[in-house]
Amino acid sequence: MLAFIIRRLLQSVVVMLTVSLIAFTLFRFVGDPINQMVGIETTAEERAQLREQLGLNDSVPVQFSRFVANAARLNFGNSYQFKTPVIDLIKDRFPATMELAFASALFALLVGIPMGVYTAIDRYAILSNVFLSISLIGISLPTFLIGILLIFLFPVTLGVLPSFGRGEVVRLGFWSTGFLTASGLKALVLPAITLGLFQMTLIMRLVRGEMMEVLRADYIKFARARGLSNRAINFGHALKNTLVPVMTITGLQLGSIIAFALITESVFQWPGMGLLFLKAVQNVDIPIMSAYLLLVAFIFVTINLIVDMLYAVVDPRIRIDTKVA
Amino acid sequence: MKNLKTAFFAAAIALATFAPPAQAATFRLAFQGDLKSLDPYSLNETFTHGMLGNVYEGLTKRDKELKIIPGLAERWEVAEPTRWRFHLRKGVKFQNGEDFTADDVVFSADRARKPASDVKTRLPADVKVVKVDDHTVDFILSSPNPILHYEWDTWYILSKKWAEANGSAEPQPGAGQQQSYAALNANGTGPFVITEHQAGVKTIFKPNPKWWGKPEHNFEEVIFTTISNDATRVAALLSGDIDWADPIPLQDVERINASANAQVLQGPELRTIFLGFDQYRDELKYSNVKGKNPFKDVRVRKAFYLAIDENAIADKVMRKAATPSALMISPLLFPLSKDFPRPKADPAEAKKLLTEAGYPNGFEVTMDCPNDRYVNDEAICQAVTAMLARVGIKINLLAQPKAKYFAKILVSGGYDTSFYLLGWTPGSFDSWNILANMYRCRDEKGVGGNNNVGNYCKPQIEEMTNKILVESDTAKRDQLIKTAYDITQNQDWAYIPLHQQALAWGVSKKVKVVQRADNQILFYWFRKE
Repeated sequence: MLAFIIRRLLQSVVVMLTVSLIAFTLFRFVGDPINQMVGIETTAEERAQLREQLGLNDSVPVQFSRFVANAARLNFGNSYQFKTPVIDLIKDRFPATMELAFASALFALLVGIPMGVYTAIDRYAILSNVFLSISLIGISLPTFLIGILLIFLFPVTLGVLPSFGRGEVVRLGFWSTGFLTASGLKALVLPAITLGLFQMTLIMRLVRGEMMEVLRADYIKFARARGLSNRAINFGHALKNTLVPVMTITGLQLGSIIAFALITESVFQWPGMGLLFLKAVQNVDIPIMSAYLLLVAFIFVTINLIVDMLYAVVDPRIRIDTKVA
Repeated sequence: MKNLKTAFFAAAIALATFAPPAQAATFRLAFQGDLKSLDPYSLNETFTHGMLGNVYEGLTKRDKELKIIPGLAERWEVAEPTRWRFHLRKGVKFQNGEDFTADDVVFSADRARKPASDVKTRLPADVKVVKVDDHTVDFILSSPNPILHYEWDTWYILSKKWAEANGSAEPQPGAGQQQSYAALNANGTGPFVITEHQAGVKTIFKPNPKWWGKPEHNFEEVIFTTISNDATRVAALLSGDIDWADPIPLQDVERINASANAQVLQGPELRTIFLGFDQYRDELKYSNVKGKNPFKDVRVRKAFYLAIDENAIADKVMRKAATPSALMISPLLFPLSKDFPRPKADPAEAKKLLTEAGYPNGFEVTMDCPNDRYVNDEAICQAVTAMLARVGIKINLLAQPKAKYFAKILVSGGYDTSFYLLGWTPGSFDSWNILANMYRCRDEKGVGGNNNVGNYCKPQIEEMTNKILVESDTAKRDQLIKTAYDITQNQDWAYIPLHQQALAWGVSKKVKVVQRADNQILFYWFRKE
């Protein structure tokens, strides 16, 4: 197990270096940061001076190694536009993204699993068809469109729920939370649904498929023959055995929820990291972009690592394999 | 239990009765961009200046019609052509309680000219700022300058003690690693104080009880948020989550006006949108004409001008939210603009001119265009492409995001363009700024007319520009400017001015606002019912 973890950690470092290298090469093509930092009347000499100060005249390998050396010490430099350390900005935005991701994952699980179970058991009920149609919407409509539709339905037409932002937040040390205020919770509803709809659909379809598979299995037939109640069979035996793949998918999807929250965040002006990144791209704010990409790579790598380790915990066969290896 | 409930109810009612009357209001506003820094010297940008103008003040101010009025200086006089004396307002305090004195003005003048400052153009580099006494300051110039104070409404005065005590004696240099105190905190003399600032998220303003002026607003709190997504900004306005939004996309104007909560306030803006030509390279970089530069021929420039139907652009592309312009300056900023009617589009004449110039079948050229900078910028370029096609000119349109566009066509990209669309607002609200930036010759490094991308260059105009800078007689000066415009526009067809785009503010029906043509958001003039 220890060897396994160490091997995975080494792989993770390679992945992160690769991500940052690719990101860094891409930055050459996003435009000139100087133009976004100064007004249009600034002279050529001043611009050249600023380029020199920022080290933009150095070669890519020099810039990259400097970046990696600093990043290893968690120093990502100052944001070009905000003139404040990037690490502070990200720390500030991190809770917003995490809470949104958490709420939408929760929504996806709490709604997706029961819907999946229901549609698997009562396959021909009208409600099942309704659920399946909704899931089709969730799979096929792009996130930003769902967000805009929800905004026009709830805040604009019905006058309920806020159309943007995070509401009032409470500061708990370094963490700012919207879970403790009414306006914060209200503000969370629409973005969480928007972001979680796709995952919910995925989980529902997954649970449905797995359930239908499992319900045909022999041990379910034996259970029925033994005269167990439907509830005990469906939830005690069938559902339990469908949860392994669900867990995998949820774990992996959590990473993409965090990483792809940026679309939802920009539609709802949710003050998270994704929005910060999007604005940074528009303004060629290289320090923010590189720090964000690195962070996302880190989150993905960590989640994958945890999922892999959980496998080993849940599934004894994997554990035995690694021992042999 | 029942008693408890009754008591509770009674308490609630009592509370409700004693709540303060709903006179003072919270004003919520949203803009597409961020309030990036609270340091008034770190970014020379209208939006930043406007927002900070609610907190900081300059020696002068501009009123609702953009006229220069006293600010932190009560009055001033030009003692000699090269020596201006400013008498400072007495009894003014900074928000942290310090007195405002001449030392702060001297300090701010130095700070504004520090290397990392982006507002260096506010003061001539060699002006000497001398403290006469605590409330009098002299500005000693090396040559007369009648427009010395034209941009001082956005040269904000900082407290010397406060800035020095907090390590902000200089604006934050671009490459610094440390936190800049002045970028995150404000200490002005103005009508509002900033109580909370989360860069890129939210900024909260509260009235300054110590302000020397008499407030016109009735706000107890102003909350600024960035909403960058157009659809979300419009939705937030329609749902009443915000009271003010800018900008409003043209296609949403009618829908907002039809709604119960809000309306769109359109007014002329100062920025002129125009087209420019590369007039200095011996061969165009992006054209099928080899060995020569067709834009050096005045007939070709005139043909381009006449081929483009600006009225159609203003009507159709801009949905009437634009005023066609004959000059590179807004008519609001130059009194003699009325003497310059805009020549009508005339494709037949354009075709004739092109034939005379030796291009009977037209030619091909690439046009650079931003697609996220000005109102409908890319659509304007597409319309221009279609109109030029009628006279045989084939435009290859290269529309890009502003970050890439500006990097290509401005000095940092080596003025890498043959034909381009740009917008310009003269920061000083004065023609000299236009002449100096757009019509003065420049070298490859941009020394001279830094934003004269196509390098239109004529010694005669150079001389006139220098004369205009020092001429103090207004009538004479205006005549000089008029002559300069006559030469550059009517004889040389140096640029194709298109229009001044309109401002489009989305405003809640509960709010009364003052919309100034420079698009500064000064909410101390606003009121909410």
